[in-house]
This record gives sequence, C-alpha cells and structure tokens, in this order.
Amino acid sequence: MSLDDFFHDETFFGDYTFKNSPRAIKRFPFPFPEDDYMYSVNMEPHVPGRPGSVFEHTFDVDEHYVAEMRDRARVLRDDPLRCQSLPHMTLAGWDLLELIMESFARDYPQWFSLTKNGNQWHWINRPLNIDQKFTFLDESTLPYGPMEYITRQAQGDFTLQDQRNDNLWIEAGMVTTQADWSLDFDIGMSFHEWHAPVPKAHEMGVFDRALKFLLQLQHGAPVRRFNWTMTVDPLLDTSPENYPKWGPGKTTLTKENIGQRQHLRVELQTLFRLPRSNAIAFPIRCYLCSFEDLVTQPKWARRLHRVVRDLPDELATYKGFIRNRPLMVDYLSQFDDGAPTSPGWWPDE
Amino acid sequence: MSKTDFGPSIKSRPVYGVLTPRPGSSHLIVADGEGGAAVEALFAQAPEMKAKAHLIYIPGANGTDMSTAMAALGAGQYNRAPTYASVRSRIVKVLGDGHMGLQVYATGTESLMGQVQRDAMEAGLPHDAVQTEHRGSLARRVQCVHCKGITENVTTDPFVCSHCGLNLFVRDHYSRRLAAFQGVNIDAEDPGEVPPAEERFK
Repeated sequence: MSLDDFFHDETFFGDYTFKNSPRAIKRFPFPFPEDDYMYSVNMEPHVPGRPGSVFEHTFDVDEHYVAEMRDRARVLRDDPLRCQSLPHMTLAGWDLLELIMESFARDYPQWFSLTKNGNQWHWINRPLNIDQKFTFLDESTLPYGPMEYITRQAQGDFTLQDQRNDNLWIEAGMVTTQADWSLDFDIGMSFHEWHAPVPKAHEMGVFDRALKFLLQLQHGAPVRRFNWTMTVDPLLDTSPENYPKWGPGKTTLTKENIGQRQHLRVELQTLFRLPRSNAIAFPIRCYLCSFEDLVTQPKWARRLHRVVRDLPDELATYKGFIRNRPLMVDYLSQFDDGAPTSPGWWPDE
Repeated sequence: MSKTDFGPSIKSRPVYGVLTPRPGSSHLIVADGEGGAAVEALFAQAPEMKAKAHLIYIPGANGTDMSTAMAALGAGQYNRAPTYASVRSRIVKVLGDGHMGLQVYATGTESLMGQVQRDAMEAGLPHDAVQTEHRGSLARRVQCVHCKGITENVTTDPFVCSHCGLNLFVRDHYSRRLAAFQGVNIDAEDPGEVPPAEERFK
C-alpha cells in the first residue's frame, strides 16, 4: 500500500472532510467499560495490546496522521503560544524526542527510521517527507526546539511535567487538540492548580491519589488512562482561545444532522517517566468518532445512550454538552433496545 | 479594618496569611488601598524594621488612599505610586538588587499581591518567599483567554474585556505566573444573551 492510500487527505476545520474508515471505527477506543460513568484514577500499565488496536504500539500512528500534522501546523501559524517550554525544560524535550523517534522507528519501520552514530542522529519521516541530520542535545542543529520539532510530527497533544517539592509542574507543552484548556494560562502550575476547574473530582480525592501515584512513576513502566468529552464537528482545536469561533456550532445541531456532526471525543492519555530530566511526559491523544459511526457497533450504541442519559448535570455542563443532551439522548435511544451489554469496552465480534 | 474572609478557596488560588516581621537585612513592603493598615500593624509589632524598610504604597482603585499615613510611618525609603504598572520597574530593580536576607511583604488586593509574587518568582525567589495579607477590595485581575489582554480591578461578573470588548465571565482558575484569573466569553453560544452583571468582587 502506498503512503497516499493509507493516510487520508482530509481536514479538521472549515469543510471538515475528516472521516473514519471502517477499520478505524472498529478500533476506536470506546472509553466506557460499563453502562455508567464517574471519575476515577483508572490507570493501567501502558503495555502493548491487541494487534490492530490503538494499544498495539507505544504511540499509535493511524490513517489520520498526515492530516493531523497539517492541522497542527495551521493552528500554530494562527497562534504560536500553543507551543511553549519554560527554559529549564529543554532537556525533557530531548528526552521526549528520543522516546518518540525510537518508538516510531521500532514500531513503524516502513515509515520512520532513526540511525545513530554517537550523538550524530539521522531521522527520516517518510509520510511527512522529512530527512533530518542533527546532533542530539544540540538545539542549534534543529529548526525548532526538540519538543516542538518532534511534536510537529506526532499525533496528540503533549505536556512535560517537572517534578520537585513532591509535586508535578506543567512547564512545557504542545497543545493544539485540547478539550477546552489553555496551555498559555496553565503553564507553570502545580498538579492541583491546573486541575482546579474540574468539578467533583477534588472532593472525591481523585487528584490526591493520582498525584501520589504519578510521583512514583518509574522509567520504563508507562501507564495509561482514558478521558472523554463531546465535540460538534470533527474539530481537533477546541481551545478556549477560539471558543467564540467554535462555540456557536453547538447551537446548530438538529435531529437531522446530529448523527453526522456530533462526535464522541476520546483522549488516550499516557504517562512516561523520562530518563535524563526525571520529568513526566504526558501525551494526550485525541480520537474522534461520529455518532452515526459509533452506533454501527450495537454494544456501543446501547452503552453510549445510557451513559449520556444518566451523567450528572454537573459533568455534562463541565464537558460542555448540557444544552444538546436531550437531542443526543433522543438520537441514541433509537439504538438502545434495553438489552444487557457485555463487560469491557471492546465491540462484540 | 479587618482581614478579609474569603469563601472556600478554589484549588488554584493562593492562600493568604498575616504579615509577620521576620529578621532581615532589608524589607521590601508593597501595599495598595486598605493594605496600608496591615503595614501599620506590621510596623507596630517591630518598629526596629522601619529604618531598613522600603515601602511602596499605591492608593486603591476603589478610592482608599492612606498615603498621608504611609508617608508618616518613618520607612527608610518611601514611594507613593499611582498604579502597579507604573512602579513595577522599581520593584523589579529592588528584587534584583536584593541580597540574602531581603524580606518581601505584599498586602492589599489579590491583584497587588499576585503581581508582587509573580515579579519575585521572576527574580528567582520561591513564590512562598513573599508574605501576603489580604485587605480591602476583592477586585480581581483577569486575563481574557481569547485576546490575552488583562483587565484590572474587575468587580463584576460578567464584565467587558477592556481590550477586545468581549463579554467575559470570571472562571475560578488562577495563574500565579500571570497573577490573574481566567476570563471566558459568556455569550459565544448565544451572542448578545449576557446575564446582568453582578458585583461579586467588591
């Protein structure tokens, strides 16, 4: 298969030509293992999963790769503040560059290659047509800082957390596919500070437990969890900065168009301890799937209906879909016959 | 004039204390509005610190002006400034010149304390090296998340961004680096449907 056959030529903006293939729908990381949802720390080891699944490799490179990287470049042209790194985070940026290049070259040798001769590295990214020789740990040999360089070539948002004073500090990031949070505002905050706007979870002790767990994270033993929200149209850049531009779209959903336009937005979040800097890398990979594609899997259709219908108002408000919940429940109820669902989130074979 | 009682604090907002004299080679004290009363209380506890004190006082945006009393306190150096922005370069210089043993005190509005903490952090001091005491107005300093402009002395919610003119609500989210709360457009989804402004931060 040639590169052009695998990678879609599509947009996440304007005319929204993004579309999941049947294969992408089947492997979509549906985030609900049960028929209801409440916050939990829900972390598990990030170990290779089923072949073909989004867990097969350390980083999932899928059919949307090239188009997502184009969309990132577009967002950065409009707003360079989406990528920032405080001065002491450069070493963590090199750690991240190494992790991504080594993983990509190992897991997708048909697309990426990395050759090392001491600190003289040669990186080839065939899908993006990049051929770069550079000196590892020498910023002057790359066109961008190391974090920006590599995250312009990797799907998903990335943040880098420094660890000191028994806390984590979000002090670098590439954030263009975010669920309504601002790196520019949050950069420099401690773990509890940047999570301040999340309702309920503080009182439940979720962040205390999560921080305690993460401070102990070991190199070579990454972990993962899901998060999710809802997005109208396949817009990756649902930033607070641009909210006046995309917010109005929420008011134009109808019974007729909700199946195509309403998307479940799933974040596969992974956490890696980095070897030199002792920072934590936090890739936040966003997957989108339209309601009409989701309901092709009967188990997901039933379960999504129940989750959306029964979610506490506070969470539906925080996730930004309270105004469209009645439409969503109405649409999804057509596909829920009340039958029990099997445990776990994999679609029924 | 007593110390302000806040409601339950949000997770990203700093917690303020009461100014307490600490032994030091010199003392930088920055106050605005009703914060002048906290300075009086501080000097009353430790009159010996006055000679080594550099006191900067900014009359409150709400009209409270204690500058006559401040000038009479007997600080080794005294400066009255119209706004924080006008005196910022002086504060940055003092922080940068500060030797080991410089003590920093900030009292008055959250905006004033936040900006002193931010400038102290930028000068390399840990953020908790600045003692703070809240006095007077609850007015907030708010950054518009859309245009990035900062509006000073916000007392109502919602309010109009002084830079881009969008109607903003004040999110309970505070950045020490910016010394500001976050303002988010309130009528993006229904343009023009803006609830009446309530005085929340008097």
